[in-house]
Amino acid sequence: MISIRGLSKSFNGTAVLDGIDLDIAAGERVVVIGPSGTGKSTLLRSLNFLDRPEEGLIRIGDVMLDAADASNAEILALRRRTAFVFQNYALFANRTAKENIMEALVTVQGVPKPDAERRALDVLAETGLADKADSYPASLSGGQQQRVGIGRAMALGAELMLFDEPTSALDPEWVGEVLDLMRRVAEHRQTMLIVTHEMQFAREIADRVLFMEGGRIVEQGPPEQIFGAPRDPRLQRFLKRLSQ
Amino acid sequence: MQGLDLEYMLGLVPVILGYVPLTLGMAAAAMVLALVLAALLAVERVFRVAWLDWAVVLFISFFRGTPLLVQLFLFYYGLPQVLSVLTSIDGVTAAIMGLTLHFSAYMAETIRAAILGVDRSQWEAAQSIGMTQSQMMRRIILPQAARVAAPTLVNYFIDMIKGTSLAFTLGVTEMMGAAQKEAAGSFLYFEAFLVVALIYWAMVELLSQGQAWLETQLNKAYAR
Repeated sequence: MISIRGLSKSFNGTAVLDGIDLDIAAGERVVVIGPSGTGKSTLLRSLNFLDRPEEGLIRIGDVMLDAADASNAEILALRRRTAFVFQNYALFANRTAKENIMEALVTVQGVPKPDAERRALDVLAETGLADKADSYPASLSGGQQQRVGIGRAMALGAELMLFDEPTSALDPEWVGEVLDLMRRVAEHRQTMLIVTHEMQFAREIADRVLFMEGGRIVEQGPPEQIFGAPRDPRLQRFLKRLSQ
Repeated sequence: MQGLDLEYMLGLVPVILGYVPLTLGMAAAAMVLALVLAALLAVERVFRVAWLDWAVVLFISFFRGTPLLVQLFLFYYGLPQVLSVLTSIDGVTAAIMGLTLHFSAYMAETIRAAILGVDRSQWEAAQSIGMTQSQMMRRIILPQAARVAAPTLVNYFIDMIKGTSLAFTLGVTEMMGAAQKEAAGSFLYFEAFLVVALIYWAMVELLSQGQAWLETQLNKAYAR
């Protein structure tokens, strides 16, 4: 169970997150849509403290913190309950595909190396990259790198997986394989919070869609409602622009 | 002009070679110590620990801003007059200390620049999986910075090997000191110092081969 109250952040005096309230149930898949620059990525990054929110309460499982005075220990604890998939993959350049997945298990979670390796190979098999275990990121295609990135996040066993526009940096030819892998992650009833511009995918995978603008959640609901019967004029305008 | 006394030179080679372990030993010891110190200084410069930052800046400024020979004299001849603990310091130790401090200042700047050159995505990925700062630095950032810094650091090591010849001025009989002693007996100064020069040159050439190999190794992960 994830609960966020009054999450706020501003850059240079402009509110990027303006008091976000959000509850996510275990196993729920929530997709965030909206125009660029409306705080979608910042929301995800704040939940991982890659961007530090100024105010707000964040509760993920048994970790609860107040953003205004979060200690380093609390931030680490929060990060260990979440897994982040980056737009630019952000694989460790000095680690092979397998080692990228093992790194957090061994260093952060203290899993013995042989167990971590077995887990990493299982995850790689699931991402369809068993034959790339010993390849370094520089020798992988964008799609392969992002699949390893998702594998790295899967292996953590985090309560919440955050996807920050995971297909936006990809050549079109690689988008399909990454979305397929995300569908597979969803089948495990993994709790997911996804920022994406892939509306077809959002419609198909989401239990709930959030529409954000100006640092607020303007409208939310099941995909049929958001895409089929949008109420807020800003959402109507956004969807209309997309369909043009 | 007389010809070179080649026979004398050949006879001198094994004598001078006998001091190579001392030269390499001093350089290697100073290199290891300087690397550790430089990495610490560089990490401090990146994170700017408030109460420490000015001291580190001052340290780097002083040891880059004064000649190595002056620093060695300060340590060996000067400091023992002020600090009685140091009266028992021998020339080799003083040379290693001086080389360490001097080169750590240069190497800290190299490492700092390399750390700052590591892509932001690497820092964020390390943070996102819940690494502590020291885990992030040790396992992700410093290894990647090392690859960038390595060629420059090896150049400093080469400078250090040559710098050990200054230990001669602290009364250490190393390659240079040995040649000086030999020449004082034979008056064949040119031959003696030429042998020293050639041996230094050969060592540095060998090291440059090692440098190329090291760079290939470090770049393996980045081949497309």
